[in-house]
Amino acid sequence: MSGMLKNALGWIDDRFPLSKVWNEHLAEYYAPKNFNWMYYFGSLAILVLVNQIITGIFLTIHYKPDAKLAFDSVEYIMRDVEWGWLIRYMHSTGASAFFIVVYLHMFRGLIYGSFKKPRELVWTFGMIIYVALMAEAFMGYLLPWGQMSYWGAQVIVSLFGAIPYVGEDLALWLRGDYVISDATLNRFFAFHVIAIPLVLVILVFMHIVALHAVGSNNPEGIEIKKHKDEKGIPLDGIPFHPYYSVKDLVGVGVFLFIFALIIFYMPEMGGYFLEHANFIPADPLKTPEHIAPVWYFTPFYAVLRAVPDKFLGVVAMAGAIIVLFLLPWLDRGKNKSIRYRGPVFKAAIIAFVISFIGLGYFGMQPVTSVGTWFSRFFSLVYFAFFLLMPFYSTIGEDKYVPERVEEDK
Amino acid sequence: MRQLLFIIFLLVAPQTYAAGGKIHLESATIDISNEASLQRGAKYFVNYCLGCHSAKQLRYSRMSKDLNISPELTELNLMFTGEKIFDGMNISMTVEDAEKWFGVAPPDLSLIARSRGADWLYTYLKSFYMDDSRPFGVNNLVFPDVGMPHALADLQGLQAPIYKEVEREDGTFKKVIDRLEVVVPGRFTEKGYDSAMNDLVNFLVYMGEPAKLERQRLGWKVLLFLLVMIGIFYLLKKEFWKDIH
Repeated sequence: MSGMLKNALGWIDDRFPLSKVWNEHLAEYYAPKNFNWMYYFGSLAILVLVNQIITGIFLTIHYKPDAKLAFDSVEYIMRDVEWGWLIRYMHSTGASAFFIVVYLHMFRGLIYGSFKKPRELVWTFGMIIYVALMAEAFMGYLLPWGQMSYWGAQVIVSLFGAIPYVGEDLALWLRGDYVISDATLNRFFAFHVIAIPLVLVILVFMHIVALHAVGSNNPEGIEIKKHKDEKGIPLDGIPFHPYYSVKDLVGVGVFLFIFALIIFYMPEMGGYFLEHANFIPADPLKTPEHIAPVWYFTPFYAVLRAVPDKFLGVVAMAGAIIVLFLLPWLDRGKNKSIRYRGPVFKAAIIAFVISFIGLGYFGMQPVTSVGTWFSRFFSLVYFAFFLLMPFYSTIGEDKYVPERVEEDK
Repeated sequence: MRQLLFIIFLLVAPQTYAAGGKIHLESATIDISNEASLQRGAKYFVNYCLGCHSAKQLRYSRMSKDLNISPELTELNLMFTGEKIFDGMNISMTVEDAEKWFGVAPPDLSLIARSRGADWLYTYLKSFYMDDSRPFGVNNLVFPDVGMPHALADLQGLQAPIYKEVEREDGTFKKVIDRLEVVVPGRFTEKGYDSAMNDLVNFLVYMGEPAKLERQRLGWKVLLFLLVMIGIFYLLKKEFWKDIH
């Protein structure tokens, strides 16, 4: 480094811990050397968050949060704003991409035991991020003011009405009106563009700070901090930068390729990313035949519909999210990684994945009696996976777990 | 890496969209790079649809540019309402009048291809048939009891329903429409009408998203660039990771 740059850096370091932060979180943050491809999704989630914020700023410049103007202003962006169509598709595809990436990121944590001691708070912050993300996506979906925006919001907000005693008032308070209206659109806009993004960014910061305090888990579930050299560097650790920063670039490249493929050639994704009915302006007097939330909410929507009673359905839906928070305390297994877990746990993971995807599928379909019974069955499997975990998670675990990351991994 | 691609592929693989309804939809041949077809479609649209349906999101100037029709020709042949070329395709009929005349105001068609889908529109336009019980004397197989008269009867002629008997579960029979047959000929043959409607639907698809032309032209270049970028990133990773064992 040239002398002048060094002086400048020294001048800053005396006043702001630039080198310190850089080293602690990148150049001297030691990550296990055996990360596999499932470890791409953390950095990809940050990439998508940045994409949503930047494209969101440009959309906000042209969008009008007004029930009379909103729908047309989106079309104005699609047709008259320079590159507006690209920015809008990057944002709408980014919303679905965010959930794909986050679901895979959570699944990675689930199978490698990344939520287990001492990473309970990493998981907890992550779960709060997930809930905030759902709120963000839900409110953002109202903004284009199409039929599905409108009626989806109508259905979801009315769920609060099922809460005894305070429900109706609560729903009224959320909407700011007796139905979804201009008042609702305005407040959802405020939450979508500033309140929740701010919360998200802070939570992501806390998620990373907590992670860097305890260190990253890995596919073997080995604690690399147990074996350090004389300088205190984990023997199986490598500096995040440059090793994982360049490795993550490969993941970024592959992600961007798929992302661009969708944006340029199938931005509606056959009606899953942009629903067909949402190209019709919101009409409070005309209920669509079939109201379905966007795909990333449908597993929980299926749980809601599986329960015959509306209030209990809402409770079950909330419960489906709450049990995820409890995961670190439900799993009593000693080993972290699925590679060293017992056969019952492995089978339970498979059953869980099938039921989650099954719920997602039936949550999209119109109500049929077959669908409802399948949803009930999958809901039971979903809850059993979590609530029975204290009992089955210890069965048949491997006795031997390697202490070190093996050479050929 | 292959696993990653495969999993992502499974997650994002397009799934078919069911447009709803029991009628079998015929498939339209959509190709918005076919300029001649779009130009013919535009001609049918302004002549047969734009009287009652607006397409306010599409400016004449945009259409003129995208379809390679000079502004002069556009003003001469495709604009009838004295609007400026930068205006959207509006109509002079008010909502109040429209409701009085048709029961409902004819919807704006700017995005109709994105909400209904091309095949639905194509089949709909071909499925009008004579039905004395309706105010305009026609009904539609795809959209039963639709408020719209058969605006294209001049081209297609009029179709009569041919019934067939279907057995109910209790053994009795009921008459259902089997197919439609042209009984009063129009200006076009059946084939000619099909091809005209295909052009019209093609134009409606273009109108739903004019940027589609641009994004499809640009997309493969972006993808090619990203492929090269992935290659460079991969080599970079390999180089850096040489010393990790």
